Amino acid sequence: MAKPKVAFFDFACCEGCQLQVANMGELLFDVLGAIDVVEFREVMSEKGPDKIDVAIVEGSITTPHAVEKIKKIRERASVLIAYGSCATIGGVNGMKNNFKLDDIRKEVYGKDAKYFETIETMSVPQVVKVDYLVNGCPVYLPEFVKVLKAALAGLPYQVPDYSVCVECKLNENVCMYQKGVTCLGPVTKAGCNSWCINNGNICYGCRGMVSNPNEKGAKDVLEKYNIPMDLIVNKMNMYNKCREIDQREQKKR
Amino acid sequence: MSKRNVSVNVEYLTRVEGHGNIVVDVKNGELKTCELQIVEAPRFFEGMIRGRSIFEAQHITCRICGICSCGHTLASIQAAEDAIGFKPSKQTTELRKFLLHMENLDSHILHIYLLVAPDLLGVKSFVPLINSHNDVVRRALRMKKACNDVCDIQVGRHVHPISSIVGGFTKLPREKDLDAMLKILYDMRADMTATVELAATLKFPAFERDTEYVGLVSDDAEYPMLIGDVGSTDGVRMNKKDYKKITNEFIVPHSSAKHAKLSRNSYAVGALARFNLNADKLHPKAKEIAAAIGLKPKCINPYLNTAAQLVECVHSLEEAIRILEDFKKNGVNLDEEILVGLNEKGNIPVKPGNGVGAVEVPRGILFHNYEVDEKGIIKKANCIIPTNQNVNNIEQDMKKLVPEILDKSDEKITLMLEMLVRAYDPCISCSAHFLDVKFVNR
Repeated sequence: MAKPKVAFFDFACCEGCQLQVANMGELLFDVLGAIDVVEFREVMSEKGPDKIDVAIVEGSITTPHAVEKIKKIRERASVLIAYGSCATIGGVNGMKNNFKLDDIRKEVYGKDAKYFETIETMSVPQVVKVDYLVNGCPVYLPEFVKVLKAALAGLPYQVPDYSVCVECKLNENVCMYQKGVTCLGPVTKAGCNSWCINNGNICYGCRGMVSNPNEKGAKDVLEKYNIPMDLIVNKMNMYNKCREIDQREQKKR
Repeated sequence: MSKRNVSVNVEYLTRVEGHGNIVVDVKNGELKTCELQIVEAPRFFEGMIRGRSIFEAQHITCRICGICSCGHTLASIQAAEDAIGFKPSKQTTELRKFLLHMENLDSHILHIYLLVAPDLLGVKSFVPLINSHNDVVRRALRMKKACNDVCDIQVGRHVHPISSIVGGFTKLPREKDLDAMLKILYDMRADMTATVELAATLKFPAFERDTEYVGLVSDDAEYPMLIGDVGSTDGVRMNKKDYKKITNEFIVPHSSAKHAKLSRNSYAVGALARFNLNADKLHPKAKEIAAAIGLKPKCINPYLNTAAQLVECVHSLEEAIRILEDFKKNGVNLDEEILVGLNEKGNIPVKPGNGVGAVEVPRGILFHNYEVDEKGIIKKANCIIPTNQNVNNIEQDMKKLVPEILDKSDEKITLMLEMLVRAYDPCISCSAHFLDVKFVNR
């Protein structure tokens, strides 16, 4: 049986999630034994065929050109995986949506702003149908391998819809709120094995929000520790600003 | 040959970080157009971090680039601490230097093996090398993973480090961590020797253009990566606060990366610039390698940036080991472990100010500059990425190179131009991405 043809594509992003692939070390040989990488601009000069089995897409959609390009990739690919926070939820690129586009273009490029076309940042699923999501900034490699296996076998993969706190408790970390700092763990999707908190930092919400956050519990915690709501909202907007596009669309319906 | 028409049009240059095009147009043997177009979608980092806390700055700006995210983290922290008037401890500074060495090593290995070696071995990417040079690819991935494993231990991960923040580290290495990191680095020495042997067999194109090289300089005996003034091979020396007088940025319509110039039309930053400025301060083992491969300052062949990277690999590996051995001997003060978050508890005093970070990252000197108010909220930000500083210099190189190689085939000219751009190890994902050659009109 021919090996599935897999291609990597990137839009506005730091390419760190693609780099995570190179960070697999020699495990990469096992992965490459199972797939045929036909296009991967960051490390290959080869260009892939018209039809591909799996497209792995990193980055957010931020220009009109990108909208057209992602649609073409969708047409070429049987399966599309949104890879990393920029692709799955808009990620840090979404912070741009806190500002008026003209204002932010002028801030960075001054009188030459007109050369730099930009649109409201969107995640990949906000533009085309996506079959699998690998959240995280960067992606957590064990989860990516799981998703890739599922995609190749044609099986579904369910992103955990409980909070990072569940994994954090299992890792026996002391709660960040008890240490006097705010953390987005309570409202953020698990699956990263509480990576940041294990290393002494807080959760920034890079995997996206759980679909049914315990809002009352969160409010209780904020009250208990006397933390202003706008601080938390501002924090959520670091990775999750693009969710407002979905909220806007829902209201229209 | 002299009346020849050549038209190169490389759209989406491959094996570089980010998106760019090369456009060359020669009519009747005369060079009409020679551009390196940066077509990466601009991401507006400097605009969008306005209004955010200075304690979030490094978390956000390290996401400018996945490859030099540790470098962005360190430049950002330096600028932030400079802005609010915080002085890091000696231990923190040493650990930051260590992190920078790991970043340098990791990035150079990726560049030498996966991005440049395929050109020199005559294949399109590292993928065919898996069959033809399996041991080489395995070694590359093993070395890359070793750097990653060390970063995992020190700061949680290499791509977007977790525990390196304004004020210090949220997690400090224990005795067992020092041992684990040292073991990995000792083990890497054998692979490094093999890397040097392989590199000695690679043939780089012969091309020279006298260039001004810019990087950190200092008066002490250390090869400056984290701390220093900004200097050039044309004799410029300035405090990092005056970085705008170094970069003199300007915008050209064909590129979303800003261009830079200093004493001449353009200047170069990166491993070769650092080598040209500070070769006498390299670790003795690195000096030996430079002598063995015949690399001497001032070297003006841009293709040899890759050779300078090799020399720096040896330097960074040995310096990283030295730092860890010092910590083994003197111990790590775990009381310096900090928890800052958004500085909710006011652990770190904040005052309004304007701070600059100037750090040598794998591709050259990187500047971050923040202006903050009395609450530590960012009012204005500016990041000047090494690739932005190099783009203009690459164009100047191409303008000299193209007329010299007009007797070669289209394919050969294209390859040599692509290799030239790749030699600079451009990181176009930074604020912009890069590369495709367009021959218009050949």
